[in-house]
Amino acid sequence: MNEIRTPESIGLSREDLPNSYIGRSVPRPNVAKLVQGRATYTDDVVLPRMLHAAFLRSPHAHARIVAVDASAAMQVPGVVRVFTGHDIAKVCDPWVAVLAHLKGMKSAPQHPLPLERATWQGEPVVAVVADSRAAAEDGVAALAVEFEPLPAQVDMETALAPGAVVIHPELGDNLVFQRTAVQGDVEAAFAAAHKVVEATFVTARHTGVTLEPRSIIADYNRAEDTLTVYHSTQAPHMMQGVFARHLRMEEGRVRVICKDVGGSFGIKVHVYPDEVAVAAMSRILGRPVKFVADRFESFCSDIHARDHRIKGRIAVDAEGKILGFDIDDLTGIGPYSVYPRTSAIEGNQVVNLCGGPYDFPNYRCTTTVVLQNKVPTCQYRAVGHPIATAVTEGLVDLAAHAIGMDPIEMRRRNLVRDDAYPFTSPSGMRFEGLSHHASLEKLLRMVPLARIRADQEEQRKRGVHRGLGFAAFIELTNASPFMYGIGGARISAQDGATVRMDPDGSVVVASGVTEQGQGTEAILAQIVAHGVGVPVEKVRVITGDTQVTPYGGGTWACRGAGIGGEAALQSALALKEQILSVAGALLQASPASLDIAMGEVVDKASGTPRISLSEIGRIVYFRGDTLPRDLAREFVQTRHFITKEYPFAFTNGIQACWVEVDTATGMVKLLEHWCVEDCGRVINPLLVEEQVRGGIVQGLGGALYEHCVYDGEGNLLTTTMADYLVPMAAEMPEIHVGHVETPTKETLLGAKGAGEAGTAGAPAALMNAINDALRPLNAVVTEMPFTPARILRALGTI
Amino acid sequence: MSARVDITLTVNGERVTRSVEARRHLIDFLRLDLGLTGSHAGCEHGVCGACTVRVDGEIVRGCLVLAASLDGAEVTTIEGLTDSGEVADLQEAFVLRNAAQCGFCSPGMVMAAADILRHHPQATRAEIREHLSGNYCRCTGYQAIVDAVESTLRARREGAR
Amino acid sequence: MKWPAIGYRRADSLEDLWRIQAEHGAAAQVLAGGQTLLATLAFRLSEPKLLVDITRIAALRGIAAGDGVLRIGALTRHAELARDPLVARHAPLLAEAAPLIAHPAIRNRGTIGGSLAYADPAAELPACAVALEATIIAASARGERRIPAAEFFTGLLETALAPGEIIAAVEVPQATPATRSAIVEVARRSGDYAMAGLALCLKMEGPRVAAARLVFFGVGAGPVLAAGAGAALAGRILNGAAVAAAEAALAQDLDPPADMHGPPEMKRHLARVLVQRALQRFQPEGEAAA
Repeated sequence: MNEIRTPESIGLSREDLPNSYIGRSVPRPNVAKLVQGRATYTDDVVLPRMLHAAFLRSPHAHARIVAVDASAAMQVPGVVRVFTGHDIAKVCDPWVAVLAHLKGMKSAPQHPLPLERATWQGEPVVAVVADSRAAAEDGVAALAVEFEPLPAQVDMETALAPGAVVIHPELGDNLVFQRTAVQGDVEAAFAAAHKVVEATFVTARHTGVTLEPRSIIADYNRAEDTLTVYHSTQAPHMMQGVFARHLRMEEGRVRVICKDVGGSFGIKVHVYPDEVAVAAMSRILGRPVKFVADRFESFCSDIHARDHRIKGRIAVDAEGKILGFDIDDLTGIGPYSVYPRTSAIEGNQVVNLCGGPYDFPNYRCTTTVVLQNKVPTCQYRAVGHPIATAVTEGLVDLAAHAIGMDPIEMRRRNLVRDDAYPFTSPSGMRFEGLSHHASLEKLLRMVPLARIRADQEEQRKRGVHRGLGFAAFIELTNASPFMYGIGGARISAQDGATVRMDPDGSVVVASGVTEQGQGTEAILAQIVAHGVGVPVEKVRVITGDTQVTPYGGGTWACRGAGIGGEAALQSALALKEQILSVAGALLQASPASLDIAMGEVVDKASGTPRISLSEIGRIVYFRGDTLPRDLAREFVQTRHFITKEYPFAFTNGIQACWVEVDTATGMVKLLEHWCVEDCGRVINPLLVEEQVRGGIVQGLGGALYEHCVYDGEGNLLTTTMADYLVPMAAEMPEIHVGHVETPTKETLLGAKGAGEAGTAGAPAALMNAINDALRPLNAVVTEMPFTPARILRALGTI
Repeated sequence: MSARVDITLTVNGERVTRSVEARRHLIDFLRLDLGLTGSHAGCEHGVCGACTVRVDGEIVRGCLVLAASLDGAEVTTIEGLTDSGEVADLQEAFVLRNAAQCGFCSPGMVMAAADILRHHPQATRAEIREHLSGNYCRCTGYQAIVDAVESTLRARREGAR
Repeated sequence: MKWPAIGYRRADSLEDLWRIQAEHGAAAQVLAGGQTLLATLAFRLSEPKLLVDITRIAALRGIAAGDGVLRIGALTRHAELARDPLVARHAPLLAEAAPLIAHPAIRNRGTIGGSLAYADPAAELPACAVALEATIIAASARGERRIPAAEFFTGLLETALAPGEIIAAVEVPQATPATRSAIVEVARRSGDYAMAGLALCLKMEGPRVAAARLVFFGVGAGPVLAAGAGAALAGRILNGAAVAAAEAALAQDLDPPADMHGPPEMKRHLARVLVQRALQRFQPEGEAAA
C-alpha cells in the first residue's frame, strides 16, 4: 500500500460521491421484516426434541434451602426432570465477579443454582424441565421446597454498620468495593469558597424491561460434543467463552448464535445464573432446552441498576467559577457482583464522571459499593452517567441559584473550553476532543428560550408552574481494554470484520459487533458500501454467530460504530485495494489510477466506467485461467481494530427539558425536550437521532416513573407492568435532536458512540426543569423518581 | 372436565381446525399451534400491548383471550395484515422513519396503528399518542412511530381528494 | 406465567348456564370479557377449575331506553359504552368514563358486568354506578334480584352477588335536563388505574344544587359515596364557598389507605383537588377558582 489513508482521501467528507453513504439517513433494511412480523427472535426457534425450563424462585430475600422434594413434580404430566443446585454443580463450575484493577474488590462464588442458601427474592433455586413451558410451570407448582428464612440485609445505609447481616461471612463484611478519587485540596477550597451548596440525591433502583424477555435455547449434541446456544445476548463471543469455561468444554466446541434480539440496553450483556443452568441442563440431558423469562421473573431476575444515595457539595467563587466538587456515593447492589463485568463499575463510573463537563481544580469523590439481599445489579444503559450527570448538574443549578446567576451563564463560565483539548479531568478521564460550548450554542439556537421564559412568567401569574432545565454531559464510548480487559475479564475491546466480494459483485460483511435494534447492521452496510464502492443494497451483513464472524466484543458501551465500524471500514478498504489490484491487471492500468463507484471500476480522474465488479467476479471465480499466475486474488479481507491512544472515546452533549408541574396534584407534564449531541462522525443521522430519542425516554422513565420498590423484608413489591411504570406514548414529549461533529482522530471513520447519550442527560435535565418550576414555591426535589407524592411533599402539601 | 376443546376458526383468511388445551391463550395458539410467530407475548397480563391482534375485526390483547373461546371467530395477525396490503403504506412509513428498532413491539404497534387508520382517520397527533398509549416501546421513544402514523393519515387524506 | 390447567365450557343461554352450574358447583367460574380474570390466571392467583363462557348469551346483551331508565346488558363492552348514542344521551357519565378505562384493545373486550362484578377499588364504572343510583339486575337459577348500586359493593373486591349469581344488566335512571355529571381522575399515565378519582352526578334546581352524589374511587375498599360532601352542596349555588364546604366535609367522608403512590394524606388531598376540578365545570362564569 502506497497511499496513507486519511478521512479526506477516502472521501468521508464528500457527500457528493455516489456511494458516500457515511452521513446519510439510509433506511435500515432490517425494518421491513420487523414490521411485517417476519423477524426471528430466539423464542421463535423450535428444535427437535426441545424441552422447556421453568424455575422455582426463592420467595425469601434470604433463606437456607433445607430440603427439596421433587416427587410430586416428577409425576406431573410432561415433566421430564428436576434439577437442584447440586445436580448442576456436577457439570458446571461457579464464578466470581471481580476485576483486578478495582483494588480490593470482593465477591462470593456464585453457582447457577445455589447449593445452600438463596440470597435474593427471585433467585432461581430449582429447575423443572418439561415438554412445554406450561407443564414445566405445573411441575414447579408441585415442588415441595422447605426454606428456613434468614435475616436479610436490605438497607444500604446499614450494610456496613455493626449489626448488619453479613451476607457472605467468609468475605468478612458486605463491602464489595470502595474507591476515592482526589485532585487538589477540597477541604481548603471549600473552606475558602464564596459559596458552598450541598444536596443529597437519590437515584432509585430500576431496571431495563426489554420487551423481548431474556431468552435462550441451549442445545448440547452428545454425538458431536458440541454446545449450540441460541441466545438473546449482546456479546455472543463472551458468552461462548463463559459457557465453555464453566461447563468445562473447549471454546471451539461452543457456538453462540444471536437471532433477532428484542431490545437489550445492557440487560442482556451479563451472565445470568438461570441461563447458565439451562446450558448445564442441556449438557446433562443431551437435548435442547429452551428458557424464556416471563415478565414476572424478569422483574426479580433481570439485573437492576442505579440504586444510589449521593451526598454532593459544590464550592464556587464570587464569579460563579466552580472551585470543586466533594461527593460521597453509596450504592447497594445484590448479594453477588454480576459476572463478568462486575457490579462495582457503576459506582466506579460515578467517581470517574462527576463534574465531567467542567474545568475545576479540586475534586474528591468516593464510591462505596455494598451487598444487599436484593436482585443483583449491573451495567444498564449509560451506566453511572445518569447518576453523575444528575449530581453534577443538580449541584451546578443549585449553586447558580444560590449566587443569583443564570444557569446558562454558570455553564458558560465553567464548561471546558472547546480549544482546551486534549484535556484530563480532575478524576483522571482523558478527553481527546469535545464540544461543550459549540453544543451549548447550538442548543440555544434550538430552544426558544425567550419565548419559554416569557411564557413561564405569564403562566406563573395564573398559578401554572412551568420550568426549563439544562443538563450538560459527557458519555463514555468505544471502551479499550482499560475498562475490563486489564482486570482479567475475557471481554474483548477489539473487534473484527471480514468483507468479501462474491461472483456477482455483491459484498458480504461478517462482523463481531451485534444488532439489537440500534442499527448496527445498517451502518456496517453503509460503511462497507462506502469502503468498497458498491450500492448499499448490494451489501449483506452477518452478525451474531461465533462460528462465522471474526472474534469480537459484541455491542456495549456504544462501540458498534466506533470500533466495529472501523474494522469494517478498514477491511472494506483492503478489499477495494484487492479488487483494484486485479482490475489493474485486467485493464493493464495502475491500480492507483482506478477507483470503484456504485459497483463499477472507474477511471479515477475522469470517472469513466471501465469494468463492472460482476465481470471481475466472473473472471476471478470462473476464469482464473485468464489471470496472471502469481496474481493474488482473494476477494476476502479481514481487519481487526482496537483503540490505542485513549482508554475511552468520550462524547458530549447537552439537553434541555421543559415541563409543567401541576402543583395541586404533583403530576409532571413533559412539554418538550431538546438534545444536542456530539458523537463524532455521524454515519446515519436518522439512526443517531432515534437512538437519542429512545435513550432520552428511557432516562425520563427512570427519573419520573420507574422504581423497583422493596419492603423492609426484602420483598419486591413491583412485580408486574401494572406496578412498575414504564413511559408510554401519551406522556412523552416531542424531542428535538441536533448534532455537532467532533470526529475522533483515532480512526479513519472518526465515529464515536451515540447509543447512551440520551439516557445520560435526561434525568438531570428533568430534575432541573422541575426545580426551575418549583423555585418560586421554595421547593426542591432531588430524589428520583419524581412521583407526585415526592413533589407534594417538597411543596409541603403533604 | 374436558381439558381440550375443538375449535374451527379463520386465521388470516384460512380455515383452521385444532384441538386446544383450554388454558392456551390466543398468542400461544398462534405461535405454537400455527407457527405464526409474528405475534408476541411481552407480559402475558394485558399491559404491554405486544400481543395486540385482530379478532372479529377488533383489536384485542391476544394474551387475554382463550383460544378455546374462538370457535367461529376470525383472527388476523400481523402476517395476514401484511399479506392483505391493508397497511402497506403505514409499514413503508415505519421503514422510512425508523419507527422500529428492535421490532418486538412492532407487530402489536402496527395492529394498534391500523386501528387508528380504520376508525380514526382524522386523528390528531395527540389522539394518535392516546390511541397508542397501550403499546409499550422501549427503543424508539414513540416519536418516530407517531410520525409514521401521522404521515400515513395525511397521505391517505390527500390521496382521497 | 402460563395458566394453570382449567376446563372450558360455553353457555349458550342462561338456562344452559344454570345447568352447568348445577353440574359443577363452585368449580364453575363465569368468564365474560376476561380482561381481569385471565390476567389473574397469569399470576396463578386464581385456580378456577372450569371457565364458563357467557359471552354468547343474548339475554345479557343490548342497550335499550324506556320507562325513564337505560338498561345496559352486562356483556356491553367498554368500547360500546363509549360510542353508543343511547348511552351518550341518557347516561353521559358512562360515555365520559369509558374512554378512561385502560386502552382500546382492553375496551373492546372488557364488559360493564365484569367491571362491576370484579369491583376493583380503583375502577371507574363501580363509582359511576353508585353516582348514577343505578340498579344492578342480578340473575341466578333462583331468579332475578334488583340490587341498588349503593348496596352492591360490600368490601374490597367483594359484592352482594350470591354464589352462582351473575350480573345480567345495569339499569340507570335516564339523565334529565337537570342532570350534570362529570368524572375526573388523577392517573400517572393514560389508562392507568387512578390514584384517586371522582364520579359525580348533580341534580340542579335552577341555579341551585338539589342533590349531589360525589363518589370517589381509588381511595378506599370500593366506591366511596362522600355523603357529607354531597350534603354540603345540597340547596346551594355552586360558588367557591360551596365547593370549599364540600372539600371540608371530605375529612369525615374519606378514610383512605396508603398505597404504592403515597400516604393516606395524599389521597385526601387529591380528593379535595378533584372536587374542585369536577365542580369547576358547573360553576357559573367567573366563579371558577383559578
